[in-house]
Amino acid sequence: MRVRDLMLVGGVGLGGTAMMIGRAATPPGATISGKVTFTGTPPKMKPIDMAKEPFCARLHAAAPVLTENVTTGPGDALRWVLVYVSAGDQGSAPATETVRLDQKGCQYIPHVLVVQPNQPLDIYNDDSTSHNIHPLAKVNAEWNKSQPIGAPPIHAKWESPEFIPVKCNVHPWMHGWHLVLTTSHYAVTGEDGAFRLQGLPPGKYTITAWQEQFGTQSQDVTVTGSETKSVSFVFKATPY
Amino acid sequence: MGKLFAVVVTIITVVSTAIFIAHTWWLPPDISAHGHAIDRQLSETMISSGVLFVLSQLALALFAWRFGDREDGRRVKPFPGGATPMVVFAAVLVGAEILTLTLVGAKVWAGVFQTPPDPNSLQIDVQAEQFAFYFRYPGPDGRFGATHPELINEASENFFGLDPARDTSARDDIVVPTLTIPLNRPIALTLRAKDVNHAFYVPELRIQQDFVPGLTIPLHFTATQTGRYEIVCTQLCGLGHYNMRAYIEVLPQAQFDQWLKDKAAQQ
Repeated sequence: MRVRDLMLVGGVGLGGTAMMIGRAATPPGATISGKVTFTGTPPKMKPIDMAKEPFCARLHAAAPVLTENVTTGPGDALRWVLVYVSAGDQGSAPATETVRLDQKGCQYIPHVLVVQPNQPLDIYNDDSTSHNIHPLAKVNAEWNKSQPIGAPPIHAKWESPEFIPVKCNVHPWMHGWHLVLTTSHYAVTGEDGAFRLQGLPPGKYTITAWQEQFGTQSQDVTVTGSETKSVSFVFKATPY
Repeated sequence: MGKLFAVVVTIITVVSTAIFIAHTWWLPPDISAHGHAIDRQLSETMISSGVLFVLSQLALALFAWRFGDREDGRRVKPFPGGATPMVVFAAVLVGAEILTLTLVGAKVWAGVFQTPPDPNSLQIDVQAEQFAFYFRYPGPDGRFGATHPELINEASENFFGLDPARDTSARDDIVVPTLTIPLNRPIALTLRAKDVNHAFYVPELRIQQDFVPGLTIPLHFTATQTGRYEIVCTQLCGLGHYNMRAYIEVLPQAQFDQWLKDKAAQQ
């Protein structure tokens, strides 16, 4: 799943409008697909009370937004898990299409966003309130920018691979991730926990699944030709 | 010119005094059990300083009217002893007034804030951070879990740094962004700051208290009217200070009990 496919998942799943880009034709090569699930009892997805920001509280009055640090779906699926080629990648052309991050209803959409080094990233404030996006980068340069109502998008890019937690300085519940990857073979799981890495040249790969609270798991997979191999990841969940 | 000045001074005095007497911009209604003492002290301060203000302005106007246009440059009458005794006299007069107000006011303030809270107070923990307030109730077990600042994690709504994995008393703690309290019941708050100085200011409660990182500051009051009021931070605490606010919701006891029960069920 490439960036645009990831955005498709985010757009469909969260009602975004600007990300409805069609799925690209299946590229040649092998496919690794599977599902990410959990065992045990995961933490509760708690309703977020946005009382401090009446504009956003009104938007979610009927159905409160839930915490996304551990997001589960039907069949013990885990959402917002990054699955990517962490070793064995044979390189690809740098990604040039612009990735979009929205601050909408006092949420980051998508919650987990993947970019490649130096890929353009546009950050929009769609709310009638100010936001202050603050990526807590350690390898890349950390920054912290206010974005008032109606302000133009912030143009950003990340130079080095890093998993960057992102927060809003004005709304403490707003939390997301910018994952900067050198590989173009990655996917972020949707509500069904499914992922699909396509267009892999023959070879041996290490496939890693990363979940923000449960950490990482890796498996080695060897593919040939245009075969499809199935891989599953199961995280052990604890309620706290 | 002297007469014109006298007229302008008199107009300013009359208009500004009238604004105060008419309560054009005044305090919001008092909804606290202790607020009447603060309001009375404020009123006494306004009256005493107001009377002095009016007298001194009118005296200034009178002298300007009467002597402002003298062209011979002679003094009307020197102050006995010259300028030094005049300055000393003025300093003592104003100093005595300010000192009196301070002593009387401090007594009222101490009577409200330096007294211990009612032992039956409802205990609520308050965490201030850039740029929000969070409130914690002990849950059905009646005990607060210990706080560990290093465990604070906004992503999982762990704003107080609780450790529910190891600390069972933390598991049922109720954390909310709105201070919901029962009517006519003493409330004892414990104020903590995560990062920098903040303030807890509710004009209707006649309360304004700073948060200081590293200190736990007690604060107690009783609300005497139901309703929803704004809590604002009045210490400039950073870029988002303008947006640092929360609400206080005063409910009848039965409604509060139900609210607490509903919140406990969500933990």
